[in-house]
Amino acid sequence: MKLIVAVIRPEVLPAVLEALYRLDVQGLTVGRVQGHGGERERVETYRGTTVKMELAEKVRLEIGVSNHFVEPTVRAILASARTGEVGDGKVFVVPLEKVYRIRTGEEDRAAVTPVGVDPHSEPAGA
Amino acid sequence: MNAADTAWMLVATAMVLLMTPALAFFYGGLVRAKNALNTMMMSLVSLGCVGMLWALLGYSLAFGPGTAVLGDLSRAFLGGVGLDLAPGTPPLTIPHLLFMAYQGTFAIITAALISGAVVERMRFLPYAAFISLWSLLVYAPVAHWVWGGGWLARLGALDFAGGTVVHITAASAAFVAASMVGARKDYARQAVLPHNVPFTLLGAGLLWFGWFGFNGGSALAANGSAVLAFTNTLLAPSATLVVWTALDLARSGRVTAVGGATGIVVGLVAITPAAGFVSPLSAMVIGAIAAVPSHFAILLRSRSRLDDSLDVVAAHGVGGVTGALLTGLFAQKAWGAPVDGLLFGNPRLFLIQTLAVLAAVGCSAVLTALLLKALSLVTALKAAPGEEGQGLDVNQHGEEAYTSGDGALLVLPEIVVDPPALQVRPEGGAR
Repeated sequence: MKLIVAVIRPEVLPAVLEALYRLDVQGLTVGRVQGHGGERERVETYRGTTVKMELAEKVRLEIGVSNHFVEPTVRAILASARTGEVGDGKVFVVPLEKVYRIRTGEEDRAAVTPVGVDPHSEPAGA
Repeated sequence: MNAADTAWMLVATAMVLLMTPALAFFYGGLVRAKNALNTMMMSLVSLGCVGMLWALLGYSLAFGPGTAVLGDLSRAFLGGVGLDLAPGTPPLTIPHLLFMAYQGTFAIITAALISGAVVERMRFLPYAAFISLWSLLVYAPVAHWVWGGGWLARLGALDFAGGTVVHITAASAAFVAASMVGARKDYARQAVLPHNVPFTLLGAGLLWFGWFGFNGGSALAANGSAVLAFTNTLLAPSATLVVWTALDLARSGRVTAVGGATGIVVGLVAITPAAGFVSPLSAMVIGAIAAVPSHFAILLRSRSRLDDSLDVVAAHGVGGVTGALLTGLFAQKAWGAPVDGLLFGNPRLFLIQTLAVLAAVGCSAVLTALLLKALSLVTALKAAPGEEGQGLDVNQHGEEAYTSGDGALLVLPEIVVDPPALQVRPEGGAR
């Protein structure tokens, strides 16, 4: 199992979610974050006060997936979040020790499989 | 000069001016947070460029004697517009300068209304150039036709406060601008939701307040006609709000806030041409009827490819046409109209009203298309997809509506320090 952490542009979130749902990846957490990659700072002026905005608005997705879902999920994010400009974000894949579903106490692969989907199914469309 | 008339018109002018910032809030609440400032600035900029051009040229083109089609340049740069009484038949009782200022606030809001069709993607400077030229090329001539003694006035078309001149011309331009600038990249692909509905309700409330000056002031005096227009401005939108709410309820089972705000504006638009010509009960009927076509026009638009983002066509176009035609039905000599309408035995007025609507729609559509085409040869009208994604606040204005200030580094201007100023004596003070 892996935890996929993706930091993306806010405006591509709908496209990324659509790509993930097509794969049957439905369990995810989304947070609004601020961050800085290699992009040029934008300059803003408020009545004579000029500032360089070092931090850009980003969205962070956290998705716990079983091993055979890792690659299709990452590929879906790369394809749907890319604009080609600096500042598209990153995808981190992190080892995941243990997962529990709170409602049922299910563990690991059963816990990261959406309700109603066979835990041994292959990624949809992959 | 009549002191009471002048006092009322001074107040009414300020009330109509307030409608433009009110429109900024109405429109600003309906867009996404990343475009909030840009959308509000699209209304605000009209206060500057259209207001200025009105005094320099627009007023003369609209209200100079001229021909049946257009005024002239006799009042350009406010030539002859002073504190004497404003000309008119019968002569007005307020200073000419005040009449010019009052009419200027109409030109300002009319141009700003168009912005609702192009928000979230039209570049700011081409937009500002567009509405500036539009106020001279489209608004001023149509205002001349109806109010400046032009051919529609001679024909007997009735437009008390600008249903045709303001709302129909703006909506016709909005339709053309939305098609020529093109849709937002996210239109009909993603849900694009209003970011601040309370702003929209605030804007609707302030618009209604200002509209008492818009319709009530169009009597150009503190008299019975003003009282009738004022009262009708209260009653018609009330009826529209009730019917709109009922339609919402019937369709989705819930009463919506954005629907309510839209209903108020539609009612105000519909009563505008009729305000001083119909009985208060007719005003309520006009308001109630007007809710229906606009309500369905919005449903139709949301299923079409036309990205008229904030429904200028449905609210101001359909509402304005409904109001202009119903004026032809409900106008009553007994309530101050120069002629009776169809329901009171004069079908001719209805035909004239129809002709006025067609003329305004056609003139505005054609001239808007030519104007935008010419501008598009000089510069791009639409922001690049990347700029649209980022939001127009940052890339058009270099500001954000809602910034936390986290990670903002102050850029200090290079201050040239005069060296002697730094010589501070340790003891301080002069020896």
